[in-house]
Amino acid sequence: MNPTLPETHGHLVDNIVHFTRALRKAGVAVGTSQLRNAIQAVQRAGFTKRQDFYYTLRATLIIRPEHLETYHQVFHLFWRDPEYLERMMKMMLPLVQSMGGEEDRPPKTAQRRAAEALADHPSPEPQAPERQEVEIDAQFSWSQNEALRTMDFEQLSASEIAEATKAIGTLSLPVKPLKTRRHRAWTHGRTPDVRAMLRRSLRKGGEIDRMSRKTPRTRAPNLVALCDISGSMSVYSRMMMHFLHALVWAPNPGWGRVHGFTFGTRLTNVTRALHLKDIDLALSAVGQEAPDWQGGTRIGEALHRFNRDWSRRVLGQGAVVLLITDGLERGDVALLQAEVQRLSLSCRKLIWLNPLLRWEGFSPKAAGIQAILPHADSFHACHSLDTLADLSSALSGPGEKDRLMREL
Amino acid sequence: MRNLPLAMKHLPANIDDTMSLLKAQNYVCGRDLGTVVFLSLSLGKPLFLEGEAGVGKTEIAKALAAALGRRLIRLQCYEGLDAASAIYEWNFAAQMIAIRTAEATGGADRSALQQELFSSDFLISRPLLEAMEPQAEGPPVLLIDEVDRTDEPFEAFLLEALSDYQVTIPELGTVKADDPPIVILTSNRTREVHDALKRRCLYHWVDYPSYEREVEILTRRVPDCTAALSSEIVAFVQRLRGQDLFKNPGVAETVDWARCLIALDAVSLSPEIVSDTLGAVLKYQDDIAKIAGSEASRILEDARADIAKAS
Repeated sequence: MNPTLPETHGHLVDNIVHFTRALRKAGVAVGTSQLRNAIQAVQRAGFTKRQDFYYTLRATLIIRPEHLETYHQVFHLFWRDPEYLERMMKMMLPLVQSMGGEEDRPPKTAQRRAAEALADHPSPEPQAPERQEVEIDAQFSWSQNEALRTMDFEQLSASEIAEATKAIGTLSLPVKPLKTRRHRAWTHGRTPDVRAMLRRSLRKGGEIDRMSRKTPRTRAPNLVALCDISGSMSVYSRMMMHFLHALVWAPNPGWGRVHGFTFGTRLTNVTRALHLKDIDLALSAVGQEAPDWQGGTRIGEALHRFNRDWSRRVLGQGAVVLLITDGLERGDVALLQAEVQRLSLSCRKLIWLNPLLRWEGFSPKAAGIQAILPHADSFHACHSLDTLADLSSALSGPGEKDRLMREL
Repeated sequence: MRNLPLAMKHLPANIDDTMSLLKAQNYVCGRDLGTVVFLSLSLGKPLFLEGEAGVGKTEIAKALAAALGRRLIRLQCYEGLDAASAIYEWNFAAQMIAIRTAEATGGADRSALQQELFSSDFLISRPLLEAMEPQAEGPPVLLIDEVDRTDEPFEAFLLEALSDYQVTIPELGTVKADDPPIVILTSNRTREVHDALKRRCLYHWVDYPSYEREVEILTRRVPDCTAALSSEIVAFVQRLRGQDLFKNPGVAETVDWARCLIALDAVSLSPEIVSDTLGAVLKYQDDIAKIAGSEASRILEDARADIAKAS
């Protein structure tokens, strides 16, 4: 099949290649070098126990914990197929010691994708079914009145995209760059660079002729955007998703890696969708991924999930959180307060952008707003929300936290 | 691939061997981890371990080094880690003194001096270079701990060092490891490590152990702990992991807690003693406030019920 593969007997290599292809179809990216490793590893580990075979392939083919479940399912479906198994056993199994037993978990979420990956022809209903599954599941696990919708965004025109890139270009977040622990040479630096001086003097036979100085290097902080997509924000959701996409892609010196999350009644990580280069593809992917468009708002719960499941993974290395919400909480305000506090303690800076404040004389009356405000490092209101340029300038300008805190 | 060096003779021959080898060092692991470790040893590939804090990722490197009688070289990663502290550095001060001495004695022959100044005498090797150098006991175990704490540029550098097992020093030439070291990388997943690095390694997600395995770990790690107390401790901690906590307690916390309880001469858990010593298991104020008091006694009852069911 592949001339670079090492020699083995029988169809084992073929089958492992087929298995990898099935994995790829199920959405697990497996490289050719990994496949090669897998075959070597199977040769080395021997083919005596199904359990060892399972772990051997897993160790070589899987590099992300979120793929473990898919692997589990694909493995079971693939190697359960009686034809394969019979052929395998006849050909190369000296003895089959134990069948099954590596993990007695019930089949779960990834099974459908696994089954589709193994079928050579596309599944009979290729369009909507996965969506339906989520909806049913959600309706059982959440309150009855939660409305789950996916979102279809209008396509963007070329001029809109150009305008967005321009708007993001003028955006400067109220965050200073981070000082790192590495240094660079700098004539007016504060600290003497002893190593550079000695290096220089070695070149001159031990003569120290001038003082070298250095200064800490800086780097832009990473940005985590938490974006409210509930009903009260729905009119602007397209623009805000466009904003997030532009944050990821527009050339900028102000921030590094961008992680995007949406929340309404649940929290969805849309980072992968936002990293699709094409804006229309990205927007439609975001619209499909988040199941709770235009639903209710439970900011406290969403932040709780973020704090518990994601904060340690994305807030390391001094990330800045950009919270985009109107602060109109329908859930428990005490919970919201506790979670916002935890969030502001674990990130470097919490910037709150409230895009629905459209009049100047706004004072913080709503309980949710009063809960969030004291913990935000800076508060920005956007008085009109028709273009990205407005959003950019609102974020770049001075915050309004001080004024609102006086009125609190 | 690479021809197997002599020292490889002492490596375990199969998965069961590997597991018993680690067990002899009081490291109890499941068959999944045993498989990965065995493969990493026999294929000579780096092992990438990811998992929550305190599940025994660092410990496995120590156990492996002790079991194989190899040297353990540890590179603790931190933000701003650079080549000078990870690979090598010239000892500039010593070079300077050498120049001055040569001047003072008047025997400064330019080329000889240059030869001398950039020789291994003036080279300070840091962990990565050290791991490439031949060791008396055979190739060392190189532990690159908490690789998620470095920045991405350093990761890219590791790629080169780990795929060719060589380090280039401009003044001296390339140092290549004849016997590649046993490399173990760990990550707490405070950020995603790039796929390119992971692909060159064998990946394993280290999970919390099952009840039986955790009891075994506890008995081996804290021999003073009675069977009754250790099963209570483990059942309680396992129950805690099911709660909605900000940070679930790891195995390291279980072991610490057992030691605390023994120091307090406790023979079994009671709600009071649990509340007093909760700081050994839970490390966040929110979590402690949530569990201390009535919640602790409820979990304790559930844990006792679990034990009764199991026995």
